[in-house]
Amino acid sequence: MLPEFGHFALILALLLAALQAFFGIAGPALRRDRWIAAVIPAVTGQAVMVATAVACLIAAFVGFDFSVAYVAQNSNTSLPLFYRVAALWGAHEGSLLLWIMLLALWSVAVAIGARNLPRHFGARVLGVLGVVSFGFLLFTLATSNPFLRLDPAAADGNDLNPILQDPGLVVHPPILYTGYVGFAVAFAFAGAAMLEGRLDQHWARWTRPWTTAAWCFLSCGIALGSFWAYYELGWGGFWFWDPVENSSFMPWLVGTALVHSLAATDKRGLFKSWTLLLAILAFSFSMLGTFLVRSGVLVSVHSFAADPARGIFILAFLILMVGGSLALYAWRAPLLKSSAGFELGARESFLLFNNVLLVIAAATVFAGTLAPLISDSLKLGTLSVGPPYFNPTFMVSMLPLLALLSVGIHANWKRGRLEDSQRTLLYTFVVAAVLGCGLAFGVYSHGKVLTPVAATLGFWIVLSSLVDPIDRWRRGMSVSRAVLGMTVAHIGLATAVIGLTTVQSFTVEEDLALSAGGTANVGGYEFRFLGVKPVDGPNYSAVGGTVVVTQHGAPVGVFEPQKRQYWVKHTVKSETAIKIHHGSNILLALGDDLGGGRWSVRVQIRPLVSFVWLAALIMAIGGALAASDRRYRTARVTSEGSEGLSARQAG
Amino acid sequence: MNRFLLPLGVFVLLAAVLAIGIKHSPDKGIIASPLLGKPAPQFALPNLTDPAHVVRSSDLKGRWYLFNVWGTWCGECRAEHDMLLQVHQAAVVPLIGLDWKDDDAQALAWLQQLGNPYESVAADRAGRTAIDWGVYGAPETFLVNPQGVVVYKHVGALTYQTWTREILPRVSRTTPAGS
Repeated sequence: MLPEFGHFALILALLLAALQAFFGIAGPALRRDRWIAAVIPAVTGQAVMVATAVACLIAAFVGFDFSVAYVAQNSNTSLPLFYRVAALWGAHEGSLLLWIMLLALWSVAVAIGARNLPRHFGARVLGVLGVVSFGFLLFTLATSNPFLRLDPAAADGNDLNPILQDPGLVVHPPILYTGYVGFAVAFAFAGAAMLEGRLDQHWARWTRPWTTAAWCFLSCGIALGSFWAYYELGWGGFWFWDPVENSSFMPWLVGTALVHSLAATDKRGLFKSWTLLLAILAFSFSMLGTFLVRSGVLVSVHSFAADPARGIFILAFLILMVGGSLALYAWRAPLLKSSAGFELGARESFLLFNNVLLVIAAATVFAGTLAPLISDSLKLGTLSVGPPYFNPTFMVSMLPLLALLSVGIHANWKRGRLEDSQRTLLYTFVVAAVLGCGLAFGVYSHGKVLTPVAATLGFWIVLSSLVDPIDRWRRGMSVSRAVLGMTVAHIGLATAVIGLTTVQSFTVEEDLALSAGGTANVGGYEFRFLGVKPVDGPNYSAVGGTVVVTQHGAPVGVFEPQKRQYWVKHTVKSETAIKIHHGSNILLALGDDLGGGRWSVRVQIRPLVSFVWLAALIMAIGGALAASDRRYRTARVTSEGSEGLSARQAG
Repeated sequence: MNRFLLPLGVFVLLAAVLAIGIKHSPDKGIIASPLLGKPAPQFALPNLTDPAHVVRSSDLKGRWYLFNVWGTWCGECRAEHDMLLQVHQAAVVPLIGLDWKDDDAQALAWLQQLGNPYESVAADRAGRTAIDWGVYGAPETFLVNPQGVVVYKHVGALTYQTWTREILPRVSRTTPAGS
């Protein structure tokens, strides 16, 4: 009964989403107060119904109800409780349900926040969210119902996909999806502004904290996915430019541009139509990501069970939502005028550069991701696009972005008087160059051409970001959370730059041939090979090597890489050993038996790779600080129409 | 021209590309399995109907076969069974079953009750062979050529359409009629 109840709850949620969309959009348009008053109950009701559906599916997993197809396919009597709950999002249908639940939660949060918004505007925002929610609920019920029954019921389930039986699965998808879905809120604010045909500075201030919050979740989600692939799945790298990774990275890039563009709109009433477009694009990329992952048009290492019928549905939905909002944009955006001007050296210019460069970066990633599909559709042959394309093209837009960042944060609004901060910029740059070159030529010895450049830019961002806050703090002035958050997030970015530069430039890879008792030196570490011994596994037999690693005589650790022979498949798989030492990741893999007791051992040393993930965390903390700034909480507008273009924000 | 129309124009182009892409994707195989074009994973499992014997992938070399993953706990498999019996009757390509994570007695009862379309059924009690084949859910069917290479994969219940459009043309293209 419970699964049917869940299914029914989902259908009710669909109806409530339809009501939410209708009342939210038609109510303000036709000025029906009663309709507007019905929007919030519809949001709440929908959230309750979706939560009920999720609870029913979790109950089916916990209670081993293998008469439910999704449960039978993704769990098993021997699966621990922890993974039975997480198995909810272990495959397509449940992931969608998670998506919908997160959207419902964001909607409730917006509904609570909407009490501070003008009635009509708040209703419209929730109405647009209702449209999005309706689309995804319809998609789930029509093509991906998680409550379908098996007849006869299964005696036992198939078990969860083994690579997903990992703590990474429990946290990575919900956080990533929270970010993805969060951009729906920015999209809804943009939709509401376009429906209203008016966009003022209040709009940007209302939208900012929501966008920043979504951005924080997305940053963490992407980093967790990368971390999971590196440590748990042992894919041997942290970023592969895989279509699924790119689908989460493109909304992040556009979202970052949006966060900055909103700052200009909020403070100066500038870039209005551009901000709207970015808000549409950020969520469009989220939906496009869903399309690419689910429809099977692109094959990736993540390959979820895909189905063309689902692809066609998502494509139709994508065309309606994105096409519709872009058409609305083409109609309404010309009405928005930004009267304020600014000089070339003003902060506005730098935000504009930031936006342009980030959008170019997103476009290059987008082109690379879709190129195989386009070449396939146009019958130009199969094309494979990988790091040789992505790495250099991405750098082309990123390096100028980093250089402009350090200067831009010292620029004033409106006036381009950079002379005031010339000395600060020069001093910080000199110190950064010393540090960058020191890292490139001193600490590590064999960099590439761009190594000192990128490292210098990274250090410059840190120093340049810290000058003003430290100065204010020393003079006993308060530093607002917005400024503090911005500083922290920029330092996070710099951390990523330094980490990535170091990893890309100084990763040492060497294949050693060692006999038992033999030693070798790689990258400042001594590797002593103690020989191999046989190991028995549940479904494989293996040889396990033992390697003692020391640095200048001090012990680093004992590594036990294995080479496994799987009985069933008769395939050999190398099981690597990874340890962290002073920020460097040391990875050992056992290679071939070279005969005469000699074995080949592959050594990889990746310095500072952890910085890359740490950086995302720092950025997210910065974002959280900025989003919790006081000015977003005090911006209460009581009556309709009292706000307007006349409202000036001194800031 | 209204410059605000530009994003819409770009999007229309993109949607067209995606639509063409999705039209093409079914003939690439619904999930392009990483196994496509690669040697089929090897296995040696007890024969369900004759536990004294072993079903070995190496014994299957030199001829076409359909590798069908099923289980008595799988509802779609019951729906698929009639189609499998038809495939068996057509006698074009033998069906090798993989009874996935199943109870032997239940599986035997199922075959007795519904009819046995398989030339032989390998009992994969621990589910390891299914993992080697990259099986996501039952039923799944793989077409393997005489060189032992996976040439086609079908996810879900085998349909008449897949049989006539995807499997028969591949098998008959290389096997002279009547052999």
